[in-house]
Amino acid sequence: MKVNDAIWGALLVALAVALLVHIQSFPTIPGQKYGPALMPGVVAVGLAVCGALLIVKGLAVRRARESLHWVEFDEWISSSRRVVALALTIGVNVFYILVVDWLGFMLAGVIYLSVLFWVFGVRTKWIVPIALLVTLAIHYAFYKLLRVPLPWGILQGVAW
Amino acid sequence: MSDAWMQAFSLVFEPYNMAVMLGASLFGLFVGAVPGLTATMATALLVPVTFFMAPIPAIAAIVTATAMAIFSGDIPGCLLRMPGTPASAAYTDEAYAMTRKGQAELALGAGLVFSAVGGLFGTAVLIVAAPTLAEFALRFSSFEYFWLVLLGLTCAVFMTSDRPVKGFVSLLLGLLIAGVGLGNPAGFPRFTFGSTELLGGIGMIPLMIGMFAISEIFRYAVDTNPPARIADQAIGNVFRGMWHLAVKYPVQILRGSTLGTLVGALPGAGADIAAWMSYAISKKFSKEPEKFGTGHVEGIVESGAANNSALAGAWIPALVFGIPGDSITAIVIGVLYMKNMNPGPSLFTNDPQKIYAVFLLFIIANLIMIPLGFLCIKAAKRILKVPRNVLMPVIMLFCVVGAFAINNTAFDVTVMLVAGVAAFVLERNGFPIAPAILGVVLGGMLEENFVTSMIKADGNWFAFFERPVAATLGALTLAVWFLPILLRRLRQLAPA
Repeated sequence: MKVNDAIWGALLVALAVALLVHIQSFPTIPGQKYGPALMPGVVAVGLAVCGALLIVKGLAVRRARESLHWVEFDEWISSSRRVVALALTIGVNVFYILVVDWLGFMLAGVIYLSVLFWVFGVRTKWIVPIALLVTLAIHYAFYKLLRVPLPWGILQGVAW
Repeated sequence: MSDAWMQAFSLVFEPYNMAVMLGASLFGLFVGAVPGLTATMATALLVPVTFFMAPIPAIAAIVTATAMAIFSGDIPGCLLRMPGTPASAAYTDEAYAMTRKGQAELALGAGLVFSAVGGLFGTAVLIVAAPTLAEFALRFSSFEYFWLVLLGLTCAVFMTSDRPVKGFVSLLLGLLIAGVGLGNPAGFPRFTFGSTELLGGIGMIPLMIGMFAISEIFRYAVDTNPPARIADQAIGNVFRGMWHLAVKYPVQILRGSTLGTLVGALPGAGADIAAWMSYAISKKFSKEPEKFGTGHVEGIVESGAANNSALAGAWIPALVFGIPGDSITAIVIGVLYMKNMNPGPSLFTNDPQKIYAVFLLFIIANLIMIPLGFLCIKAAKRILKVPRNVLMPVIMLFCVVGAFAINNTAFDVTVMLVAGVAAFVLERNGFPIAPAILGVVLGGMLEENFVTSMIKADGNWFAFFERPVAATLGALTLAVWFLPILLRRLRQLAPA
């Protein structure tokens, strides 16, 4: 997905304005002229300048009729399989973040991998066995060897 | 002096460290050889594991894995016409053309042998240059550091993008991310919006895992290229004819290694840019430029040496100033801080044995690359058949657990995911990622030295140019900023 530079520019200018307003509330170091607002202020001015330049450039592209679309999609957008693949690749992570503490790493991990294996076209009969095996391996490596406290969640009763 | 070297030897030649290096080699060779997995990704994936190691083995793992990955990236370029890592992209077509002429053996051999030569050259420069620079840098004040960081960030913008405006945006966003949290001169919580998790700032490691690993997996998810076919060719002794090449192209090897080390040492640009530049230069100065593109080994020799020498070059500013030379050392700096080996000139005076150990690691990594790389070439066809539809999800779950493992918080997993999506979208829209990474890594240092200098100078801008080294660095920075604009103006004024 390619968005016209003018839109990026407008977004950046908006961000810059928001920053400049927000940093007004930053305190100063007593007795000093320069405090925590200095750097973000410089960054905001820089973003505003770059944003303005991008607006000019983006509009020039449209005027030159090189591209009249504000947003151009890549070819994968016409393949519903790939759109679903991307959505689910992002989605499983959101799912994992939301439920891992409750479901525990084991179940969340198996579901996470199974969904992705299915999306990427792994043979159906292999999906769950591989997902289970890999989850167990990662759990062993991180929980046992590296002592990372991966959550057990509802499986707390059978924790090993 | 010699005492420190003795300590370095015992740190490096310890069985545990040797085992780590062997494991990291195999890992690096594998990651490099699988298209879609990069050397930077290998580093990001190693961080959660190295987190639990002593400093030297942790660094050893990264040094070996990246050196191997940059070499083995040549393998699929040669057999599949797909670069294994971006650093091999410059000469993938050339290598594949050689394979079609039945010279896969020669192409792979040149990739392997001259990778090692380039890597050793870069290491030699690192060994000579870093301590010298460090001694010099001991006298630096906040003014010099301010300019140095600014010069580094400027280089990153101009080296990684043909559209400096987008590079600048990327850099500024990185600086903004670096500003989140309490880590600023006043210790005031900036941009935390009441979140306690943001008080400590945004974790560098989850951010990098997101930007370099997760975004690759998104790219894989929408990849529309049909699966490539492996060129079927018997590969025997890849070392045959290498001595002949070394005698035939000594200038090219030296030029490629020198340019690679330099590009590596310049902040922001790493092995991939070194290879592209080197390949172009090789063609330009070749006696037979018409042969380039038709399966001619000369460019592979030169740029294959360049990309491996860039790896070592990138460590020069990283160790001496804490300014990363490429995206790999950007992650390394994070690791160094976690291991209490804060980069900077004082590291050279206080812990010289650790610096010498790093030098030794580089030498060993580039030497064991030859036998291990040979085995990897032998196993290449099997490695290239690894089902990526199984591999990619596994890597992603590994990333999730890895991001979690640094601080044991799910918040870092969110940071990783957001960074991955952001990198995916930004890169598609022509915003380079490297300047953002440098902004995040150097933001704190830039601000600290800027504010300290401003307070010292009491707002007098001329103070930034009063010390000779600061003045030179300042003039250099301003020249990089304004020369392109000035030249364009002059060209417009001159009659066409």
